[in-house]
Amino acid sequence: MSKQVTDILIVGVGGQGTLLTSRILADVAVQMGYDVKVSEIHGMAQRGGSVVTQVRYGKKVYSPIIKKGDADILLAFEKLEAARWLDYIKPDGMVIINDERVDPLPVMSGKVKYPEDIVDKIQNLIPNTRLINATEIAGQCGNARAANVVLVGVLAAVAGLPVKEMESAIRALVPEKAININLKAFEEGMKIIAD
Amino acid sequence: MKRLMIGNEAIARGAYEAGATVATAYPGTPSTEIVSSFAKFDGVYAEWSPNEKVALEVGIGASIGGARILVAMKHVGVNVAADPLYTFAYTGVNGGLVLVSADDPGMHSSQNEQDNRGYGKFAKIPVLEPTDSQEALEFCKMGFDISEKFDTPVMLRITTRLAHSQTMVETGEKEEYEVKGYKKNAPKYVMLPANARGRHVEVEKRMLELKEYAESSELNWIELADTKIGIITSGVPYQYVKEAMPGVSILKLGMVNPLPETLIKEFAQKVDRLVVIEELEPVIEEQIKSWGIQVEGKELFSLLGEYSPELIEKVLKGVNNEDMYGLVKEIPGRPPLLCPGCPHRGVFYTLRKMRLIVAGDIGCYTLGALSPLDGIDTTICMGASIGTAMGMEKARGEEFAEKMVAVIGDSTFVHSGITPLIDIVYNQGTSTVLILDNDTTAMTGHQEHPATGKTITSQPTRKLDLVALVKSVGIENVQVVDPLKLDELQNALKEELGKREPSVIIAKRPCALIERQPSGVKYYVDPELCTGCKLCIRIGCTGINFLDEEKIAVMNDNNCVGCGLCPQICKFDAIKVLEV
Repeated sequence: MSKQVTDILIVGVGGQGTLLTSRILADVAVQMGYDVKVSEIHGMAQRGGSVVTQVRYGKKVYSPIIKKGDADILLAFEKLEAARWLDYIKPDGMVIINDERVDPLPVMSGKVKYPEDIVDKIQNLIPNTRLINATEIAGQCGNARAANVVLVGVLAAVAGLPVKEMESAIRALVPEKAININLKAFEEGMKIIAD
Repeated sequence: MKRLMIGNEAIARGAYEAGATVATAYPGTPSTEIVSSFAKFDGVYAEWSPNEKVALEVGIGASIGGARILVAMKHVGVNVAADPLYTFAYTGVNGGLVLVSADDPGMHSSQNEQDNRGYGKFAKIPVLEPTDSQEALEFCKMGFDISEKFDTPVMLRITTRLAHSQTMVETGEKEEYEVKGYKKNAPKYVMLPANARGRHVEVEKRMLELKEYAESSELNWIELADTKIGIITSGVPYQYVKEAMPGVSILKLGMVNPLPETLIKEFAQKVDRLVVIEELEPVIEEQIKSWGIQVEGKELFSLLGEYSPELIEKVLKGVNNEDMYGLVKEIPGRPPLLCPGCPHRGVFYTLRKMRLIVAGDIGCYTLGALSPLDGIDTTICMGASIGTAMGMEKARGEEFAEKMVAVIGDSTFVHSGITPLIDIVYNQGTSTVLILDNDTTAMTGHQEHPATGKTITSQPTRKLDLVALVKSVGIENVQVVDPLKLDELQNALKEELGKREPSVIIAKRPCALIERQPSGVKYYVDPELCTGCKLCIRIGCTGINFLDEEKIAVMNDNNCVGCGLCPQICKFDAIKVLEV
């Protein structure tokens, strides 16, 4: 049975911009005429904790949250977070990981080690895994903080989302002075998949 | 045109469309965006009240005054407002009043996961429970009609998942609502025993009428399909059932108090197996059982936490996708933590260093309880720190109080810290109370409060002077210190703890997220001087990391904001200013 709904899980560390990313995606899905649901996390988890935002779109969407093993795309802003939420991706789904390491407290305080080989492990489990140096690319575009929009570009190319609508959503949702940097970051993200 | 809205924004829209002109709230996740959204409409009045009790009391006044009014709070906030709520249920309304209770199954950002549908039965008020943002808007509007028709406050009960999920909403037109006339009516609004006895009769009559209404209301409906299994559900779990169990028969309840007994009996007769799916308490299930109907509920589904589509699949279909890839168990946890530059960090470092017992409170600073700061002994509810400190002193004596502080934020202090402080003065306690004044309500997303000097719409207003306030209740020892100057803080603590009198220390510095740290100063760790002692790592800041192989600390320039805390902690002067 082919799925009627596209499920995208966006994960990262509080403060990395998962909320903005989901809002850009959702905005475009609405413009495309889909039924859309987005689940967000506010409050305590935003303080540097593990955060997840879920975007679902299709003809008719019921649950605002994605079932484990059902996500088409897992977009991770940080490597460890990709692994933490991996159970949500379907075996033939796609995992897009920003090549960024943010040490959680137990690692910072030396209680446990950051699992260095984590991306390899993910790759072994989910063949369609892409590691993207989005932070570096965003830096080249003018601001490392636009890494999330580089990933949005990757996602748009992968999910076949319309470029014009994506660009207009970015214009509408990022602060005015950052629009040009973010549009460039988006374009560079698209190119990664095109190349 | 349809557009995406989080549930909270849709509720605000519903109240606006229903002609509500007043809204009150105290911020609390997951309820905060309801009244902050409402405040943006033209021609309305909205306020951040000092606490939920005041929010509801202002609401009651506005209702008696004839306006339609929206009052919003998180689930535990309703406990604070419970006193006026129970008696307002007796007086009933003039203008309609909808009270939103935003519950938090799974405790994403709360200290308990109580199920506030229980208030419906206990206070004898109708409770509506929407399933998505569209219903949130519509049920809020209907809530005002029900409130006026049945002369009762109405509770709109939502959960975190509804509050913070965006779903498609078709908005409507704003209804013209004329503020009702005010006429003195003491038998209805003065709850002396003699009047209250009369009102209790009205409450019971009203509940019978509401039950009648529930039977035929468009709020409750049956979706009859495969009759092997019939599911009774409400709220967001309805969506989970639709996702996980396509084709089953469903009785969807939009009104969860009072329940439509006849409709439920009718549904029960049509299906072979009856299951109630409700998060947290068996509120619906127990009532159905009390009517002698065979039904399954909590023997299948947990009393704990949030439900999900996969949970329903697991319980009713035996599908198990837990730990599919076997990777999750080896992933280190990532608990939330204080931001780089947070003024609270140095406070908890100092309290721990001084080996003090700390009665804590509710706010960002509750994160000071987590490792490696490990700086808090107790956290119960908003404002509890001060009374808890007083009680521990009375149990263990004044000498114990010399080793103990109460720690409370500025917004929380105004919420419910003032009366226990009066208790300490009145009943001759000697506690030292530390008010962490970061000039905002930080955890919920930076809302104004009386001591910030600004209203919900950022208009300037009379600023509550915390120093003058604590002096006026009889605290003679008051110091204001900068929490980023550790010596200053520690000296103040030593001095005040040594006094056999109550003291207040106000640690004053704006939240690092609203006011970037002044410095622009960059630091580096001198590898020659760093001994690898890890003391700087003990402050739990993402601005400084430890390199295991080199056994030295190193600044993380992406995160460090140059607050200057860690250089004060290093005993070897290894953290230095980078000259550019």
